[in-house]
Amino acid sequence: MVMVRRMLEYRGTGDRVTRILGLVTLVLVAVTAWLGLVVSPPDKVQGQLVRLIYVHPAAATACYVGFGLCAFASLAYLWPRTRSRRWDRLAAASAEIGVVFCILTLVTGSIWGRPAWGVWWTWDARLTLTALLLAVFLGYLALRRTGGDPDSRAKRCAVVAVVCALLVPVDHEATTWWQTLHQGNTILRPNPLIHGWQLLTMLISFVTYGFLFAWLLVHRYRVEVLEDRFEDEGYEVAIAERRAEGGVVTIGPSPVLSESLSVSTQKAGQS
Amino acid sequence: MWRDAVVVGGKDLRVEMHSRVTTTQVAPYAILVLLLFGFAFDQNHAILSQAAPGLFWMAVLLCSMLAVQRSFALEAADGARDGLRLSGLDPAGIFLGKAAAVALQLVILEVVLGLGIAVLFGTTFHNPALLVLSAAAATVGLASAGTLYGMVAAGLRVRETLLPLLILPVVAPVLLGATQAWMAALGLTTADGWRWLTLLVSFAAIYVTFGVLSFSVLVEEA
Repeated sequence: MVMVRRMLEYRGTGDRVTRILGLVTLVLVAVTAWLGLVVSPPDKVQGQLVRLIYVHPAAATACYVGFGLCAFASLAYLWPRTRSRRWDRLAAASAEIGVVFCILTLVTGSIWGRPAWGVWWTWDARLTLTALLLAVFLGYLALRRTGGDPDSRAKRCAVVAVVCALLVPVDHEATTWWQTLHQGNTILRPNPLIHGWQLLTMLISFVTYGFLFAWLLVHRYRVEVLEDRFEDEGYEVAIAERRAEGGVVTIGPSPVLSESLSVSTQKAGQS
Repeated sequence: MWRDAVVVGGKDLRVEMHSRVTTTQVAPYAILVLLLFGFAFDQNHAILSQAAPGLFWMAVLLCSMLAVQRSFALEAADGARDGLRLSGLDPAGIFLGKAAAVALQLVILEVVLGLGIAVLFGTTFHNPALLVLSAAAATVGLASAGTLYGMVAAGLRVRETLLPLLILPVVAPVLLGATQAWMAALGLTTADGWRWLTLLVSFAAIYVTFGVLSFSVLVEEA
């Protein structure tokens, strides 16, 4: 209880709600791990390998949600009536989390593929499209880092995000449209292929990844707000510093930036 | 829109005819790429003729990077991009004009490369209709996607390195579809090549539509 109270009292980038969200996520991760590693039985055909389905499909779904949300936020930014930097920040945050889950999907798929198919990688439609999806969103993230006027950058990125997200439905339907080595739908079919503890654990894993996604998104969005603020006020701070060196009194930057700058100056002095 | 497209496309092609960059630099580069593929595969004739469609489209893809970069380098000097923005031309027309100019240059390069694979790799052509139609659809797809991303990267300091990272993964379906269609057209596989033509036409249609719709935003911000 003391630890929980300390965690709730910790003042980081989060607030009370997001700390509770984080705690719920942590509990769900623990429950999923316990169900997946202890309670759920090994599969008759796949043996212990089946436990990867409590990680891989949920990670892939979180990846699709991330890229889909990025496209939605980008469209909202492009639409003149709803244009707001908030949508741009949401697009940036969700794309980055989507990339993390996309890498996780490819890595866990590869770990499963080695014993199941005998290879780490095969040129299957689903695998290839997922790798392409990762590549196009890495390009999107690179574009986001090009600097320049924030509004101009946001518009360029929004156009690219919408184009990139066209691959998401193609990747999702790859197992239906092409004959692939990758298995098709396991749950969303008239007769689901798994039952009992396996089905329950898999469903809980989706909920867990949903919470994890939401928690990461909130924090990444806040970092994006701080980055925007740093970009907006950084120039002002630099001028204020130069003037201070010359002994000219000026209007100071925001308290957050002043604090972070004084900390960095102290660290630089110590080193 | 169409009149503006003709104006912009005509302007780009006239500049190209005077500078002759495509014929004196990009076309020799394309042949050089084919020769290097030959060295890489140790002049193994069987492998080269089997892989010819893939190598052909890989070479076209690399050349399309140069063509797109050249197309937007024209607008970089002397504030030409501002001139284009202030000219009052329809952005959709600008997109179509620039894409058409890039596509025409790619067609010339494809003819040169086609002769190259016939001579260097000993390729023979079986189904000319499929060959020409798939090449046409792939060229439109490459030119429209390239023009769209060329405008996205225009004006950025890192555009030379960023552009391939943005374009290459996006046009991978063109590489796949065109290679498979050409394999069928060259008689290297018994698979139905016309199915791949559908993919190429869909890709081209999506990018032309998206380019026409979104170019106004990009021209405004370039």
